[in-house]
Amino acid sequence: MATSTTAPGARPDRRDPGAATAAPAPARRPRRPRRSLLPYLLLVPAVVLELAIHVIPMVVGVWMSLLELTQFHIRDWSTAPFIGLENYKATLDFNSVAGRELLHSFWVTLVYTLLSVGLAWLLGIAGAVVLQRPFRGRAILRALFLTPYALPVYTAVITWSFLLQRDTGLVNHVLVDQLGLLDDKPFWLIGDNSFWSLLIVSVWRSWPFAFLCLMAGLQNVPDELYEAAAIDGAGFWWRLRSVTLPMLRPVNLVLLLVLFLWTFNDFNTPYVLFGGSAPAQADLISIHIYRSSFKTWDFGSGSAMSVALLLFLLVVSAGYLLITNRRRDHA
Amino acid sequence: MSTRRQLGILTAAVLAAASLTACGGSGDDAGGSGKTLTYWASNQGASIEADKAILQPELDKFEKQTGIKVNLEVVPWSDLLNRLLAAATSGQGPDVVNIGNTWSASLQATGALVEFDDATLQAVGGKDRFVPAALAAAGAPGKPPAAVPLYSLAYALYYNKKAFADAGITAPPTTWEQLAEYGKKLTTGGKWGLAIEGANPNENAHHAFAFGQQYGGEWFDSSGKPTFDTPQNVSAVKRYVDFMATDKITNPSNAEYAQNQSVSDFANGKAAMLLWQAAGSNLKTQNMAPDAYGIAPVPFLASPPAGGKKVNSMVAGINMAVFKHTKNKDASLNFVKFMTSDEEQTLLNKTYGSLPAVKTVGTDPAFSAPEQKVLQETLSTSAAPLPQVPDESTFETLVGTAIKELFADAASGRPVTEDSVKKKLSDAQQKMR
Repeated sequence: MATSTTAPGARPDRRDPGAATAAPAPARRPRRPRRSLLPYLLLVPAVVLELAIHVIPMVVGVWMSLLELTQFHIRDWSTAPFIGLENYKATLDFNSVAGRELLHSFWVTLVYTLLSVGLAWLLGIAGAVVLQRPFRGRAILRALFLTPYALPVYTAVITWSFLLQRDTGLVNHVLVDQLGLLDDKPFWLIGDNSFWSLLIVSVWRSWPFAFLCLMAGLQNVPDELYEAAAIDGAGFWWRLRSVTLPMLRPVNLVLLLVLFLWTFNDFNTPYVLFGGSAPAQADLISIHIYRSSFKTWDFGSGSAMSVALLLFLLVVSAGYLLITNRRRDHA
Repeated sequence: MSTRRQLGILTAAVLAAASLTACGGSGDDAGGSGKTLTYWASNQGASIEADKAILQPELDKFEKQTGIKVNLEVVPWSDLLNRLLAAATSGQGPDVVNIGNTWSASLQATGALVEFDDATLQAVGGKDRFVPAALAAAGAPGKPPAAVPLYSLAYALYYNKKAFADAGITAPPTTWEQLAEYGKKLTTGGKWGLAIEGANPNENAHHAFAFGQQYGGEWFDSSGKPTFDTPQNVSAVKRYVDFMATDKITNPSNAEYAQNQSVSDFANGKAAMLLWQAAGSNLKTQNMAPDAYGIAPVPFLASPPAGGKKVNSMVAGINMAVFKHTKNKDASLNFVKFMTSDEEQTLLNKTYGSLPAVKTVGTDPAFSAPEQKVLQETLSTSAAPLPQVPDESTFETLVGTAIKELFADAASGRPVTEDSVKKKLSDAQQKMR
């Protein structure tokens, strides 16, 4: 980090050996190995759970992608024929219908993710900056802003799907019946509008998280920096550019990556909003894979798509971390 | 100090281990006690709650008779196939389940369901008890059935008597051409001619099948290969979607319907006609008086093309199956026998407005009400079973979704042409492997 301030949460992780002289009796030698065992022991539950919840299913998923795992074999995988990379060839053949649809779904997801993360971050930073200084009603606004994040996703998105119904939804009632802005009731959950509906719901759901992280990050910006900037005659935008944003850089690094991965993989929002099969305009990749495996009972090709997606996200994450780390080193 | 720390480590390790083993331990007792079954029922009534209220007294009766307790879960249609698939894959879950009869061959192919060979059928009352056409829709031909029929159903045309009278229509349509013509008369003043569950793939696929038969189309050839995009099937699907796209007798909003809103629209008078299976009990709970609507067989084409069949419904129904992984096979079969007994068949089918799946109770006066008469007539003269092939459930999903997308096109004003229908069906067919 380019700054010299220490985050309050950070603590010196290696104590100066000299500091130990305060203790009356120096530690005896034989105790050392036991002591170094403790961290590993404490890690065991986390490692076991990580293996059970992430690593093993991932390995199984890769194995599944090499099998012809259809309804005839799901009960006993050992009977599923090993077909090597056939599933990959079939799903990534962009001349076939399945491949074309996967590619389409990929682009939709990418545009959706970039827009959603960008908007969520913009709203988050705006909210955090506005609420940085104490004023009357700040606590209420904070709580209000965090509400979407606190609501259970299913409840929240089902409510949205009610709001967005063409005939009975509140959105059309307000736009068409009350305000008279539109002559004809548009569809929000099918056709081109479905993409924008999905985007709005997604941003609504994820911006409070950005807001929360950025608000926490802002607490660590020392007031002196703003005072110094004020003395230099910096206005609001200048302070934002020269003080706030650079100080939030470490938060942003993690926040953007996490939001990107979450949004890219988001299943719940489109699943609940569109009831399992999204219109082509909003066919996110997670739903697409779900449809390809569960609805058509072809778990092999579904797994192949998932593995391809995993590789893509790995490359993006690694590239992102590499670029941001290099910049940090140069800074 | 050191012992205390060691004690701490030990405690942490034990706690961690305990929490892990606790994860593995749950679920073992589902059906393990020897006297408890888990039963997944499909949603037959107006709501999940209504089904629970209907079924629970019967399960209590069964427990009183046999000492076998049955834990009931009513699973909504949108989840049922996935849940069954998960149970088949994991070898865990319920002992006895309801399945849509069209899925029989697909689920049979997983090998997860108990085969009802002659001996097993004997254990539930014998093969001859069941209505042959219903039993034929319980698995692939030439194999022991994977289930036994529980409720028999067929599609019928429901029409609003007052709306018909107001429009000067004296009798329900018998051809699709008439239906379109009447529909135009009935589409007025914010009301529509025909309600369609346009975003429900299964409903769409069922209609695609019946229309396909009338145009002389088949969705699978004799070897079980898909033949989705034949000219006959294209015409059939286009005819169905054209009620919204060309005839404009269906509210475009129906393209969003997947939660039985079309039944509500019919019950509330927003639409004058509805094609449905045993809608009566549902309409009753939505306060539509039984004398407010009439029931007629589903129409046919006025002049069917060469090869067109006189079919206006699939052989619809609910089957009951037992999972091979059950630890209580005898108790499960006992429960199947109970549910297909004369008493339960009469009582449950009467409640749901469906027809009994056993021959012995068909004469009960409850099944000669107008609605049941139409169902009976359709089932015995003009219903055909959906192809009992392993890919059937995939057909319902892919073709049903293609039609859902066509309705979405029609609703948003995009043209629905022979070409666009053919393209959707070809794409669906290519996704079958």
